[in-house]
Amino acid sequence: MTKSTQNLRTGIAGISVFLIGLIGIPVLYFVGIIPIETVNMLGRYMAFAIVAVGLDLLWGYTGILSLCQAFFFALGGYAMGMYLVHHGPLDGDGIPRALYVVSSEVTGLTLPWFWKPFKYFPIAFLLGLALPGIVALLIGYFGFISRVRGVYFAILTQAITVAAWLIFCLNNMKLCGTNGLTNFVTIAGFELTHPNVKLGLYVSTVLSLGFAYIICRYVANSRLGRILIAIRDNENQLRFLGYKPHLFKMFVFVVAAMIGGLGGMLYAPQMGIFTPEYMTAKWSILMVIWVAVGGRGTLSGAVLGALVVNLSYNFITSKAPDYWLFVQGTLFIGVVLLFPDGLMGIWKRLAMRIGNRLSTREQVEISNVDVA
Amino acid sequence: MKHTQRIEDYKNDSPKFSRLWSERYLLFLEEITAVFDGFKALDIEALGIEHNELRVIIGPNGAGKTTLCDVVSGKTRPTTGSVYFDDAEITHESETEIVLLGIGRKFQTPTVFDSLTTYENMELALPGHQKLWPNLFGRAPAVERDRILEILERVGLAEELNREAKYLSHGQRQWLAISVLILSNPKLLLVDEPAAGLTDAETALTAELLLELKTDHTLIVIEHDMDFVRRLDSFVTVLNEGQVMAEGTLSKLQENEEVIEAYLGR
Ligand SMILES: Nc1ncnc2c1ncn2[C@@H]1O[C@H](COP(=O)(O)OP(=O)(O)OP(=O)(O)O)[C@@H](O)[C@H]1O
Ligand SMILES: [Mg+2]
Repeated sequence: MTKSTQNLRTGIAGISVFLIGLIGIPVLYFVGIIPIETVNMLGRYMAFAIVAVGLDLLWGYTGILSLCQAFFFALGGYAMGMYLVHHGPLDGDGIPRALYVVSSEVTGLTLPWFWKPFKYFPIAFLLGLALPGIVALLIGYFGFISRVRGVYFAILTQAITVAAWLIFCLNNMKLCGTNGLTNFVTIAGFELTHPNVKLGLYVSTVLSLGFAYIICRYVANSRLGRILIAIRDNENQLRFLGYKPHLFKMFVFVVAAMIGGLGGMLYAPQMGIFTPEYMTAKWSILMVIWVAVGGRGTLSGAVLGALVVNLSYNFITSKAPDYWLFVQGTLFIGVVLLFPDGLMGIWKRLAMRIGNRLSTREQVEISNVDVA
Repeated sequence: MKHTQRIEDYKNDSPKFSRLWSERYLLFLEEITAVFDGFKALDIEALGIEHNELRVIIGPNGAGKTTLCDVVSGKTRPTTGSVYFDDAEITHESETEIVLLGIGRKFQTPTVFDSLTTYENMELALPGHQKLWPNLFGRAPAVERDRILEILERVGLAEELNREAKYLSHGQRQWLAISVLILSNPKLLLVDEPAAGLTDAETALTAELLLELKTDHTLIVIEHDMDFVRRLDSFVTVLNEGQVMAEGTLSKLQENEEVIEAYLGR
């Protein structure tokens, strides 16, 4: 077995899993095995998986632990949510109800200027990608140039997320305060409550997840991917080979942020509400947990982790809600201590053992592969 | 016999006094000090390395040899003084800029990228591929692959092409770090203890490689192993407590009382 046939096998496995998500789940819905609510739930979890893939490129490959992916996710969610609110019920002088109800000014409220662009879907969509990208570029520029690293970068990004949360919670910021964005009715003219629209959103999410995955996979497999790993291993050494690590870190930080924004944009219409809650510390840490549980530096592990953790959350909270926090804590500590390579690591070890039993010769050949 | 002719020359040729300094020297350190918490780790009045010279630097532990490399490569900023390289002052340039100007370095503890294979480690060192976007879209041409294989074969790492560097032995890491430096093809090579942890045969090969490089490169080699230094048969600078104590050929230095006292005798 050579490296290329190995690649082919993982490729085929990946495409099969993708097709199950894209076609299998809708088929199960059409034949009546799963209700549309389940499809909708899976769609939301796949939106989480999109953020996780970006975070894995950042943390798993490049070694940058960022605690503001939840902020980028929320920026995407707000961009899409503001679009949706524009097309929901209006109060007063054509002010979206979500904004009107938290307003302290009884009369004379006009639509703030920064709300206006979000009325149009293409603009809202582009802003949902661009805003996280620009914010990441700024954080990355100042953070990476001044060589803020490791746990200090994690703290910096967490602080920024908390500050953003405080700002978004303020009523007079005109971002709908702690209530958040509510009263979503239609998206691009389609009723959000209609099962077919829900299915459409699900399918779009699966396609976007595939797209985000392919982007990250391409980056990871390019020569730049090796530079990212080198940054993780020894950033200083890389400087002495003539590279400017901060440029590469900024690049990957922006990519991960935009992917996070994409996740948020798909999450908002499927959730039906978007609040500042996603900027709390809890969510930043949850996202890191998804990647850790799935297995860092594998990309597919991030998808797996996001789905497994959220599905078990869903399962346990419906059966025994009091136990979820214990399960989550155990899961995280267990992974960190016992399975540092996460679910993907366990899977690889199992596959290796089975492979060993099948043919010891094949394993010997793997270690002598040529570079081609 | 404390000062040889060279040390006198430095004073007359220094970039401060002579605009023609760069005709003779590739690298020049002028009135350099590096102070850490009041401790003077380096205190060099003047030191010049000539074009295509192989200069050996010896000295006891803590003499400041590595600090000298740190100052030249931009890792440490000198407290006072100036570093000149190839006609320009580089005292305030960043590490990356200094590398791009043509100064490469092998660290005392051989640093390689553990999660990358031997081949990938080499690939990253290829000069002219350090920009962001070409790395996302481009591929390294095949000519460079041949060059990588040629160097790795020479040092016996061709068998380890696809092995992750974390599984290499200490000696192999040392080789890989040297190979990376050779491949990156800088004008000036700073080689900090290249023979540490190598067998006698490997040490001999290292000396041979460095001497070959001398034909079209300039080198500063730091080493404790006197057999190795003898093999290099080059001009030697002795550092002690941050200062240049003496300079000359190894055989001359071996007769120098002060040097014997401080270093060679022990
Ligand atoms: N960044 C730093 N901060 C504080 N002290 C330093 C720093 N770098 C070097 N020193 C000190 O400067 C002195 C010279 O150290 P240096 O590593 O240059 O010695 P060396 O000649 O390379 O020794 P060896 O032969 O052991 O490698 C040592 O006392 C060291 O502790
Ligand atoms: Mg040293």
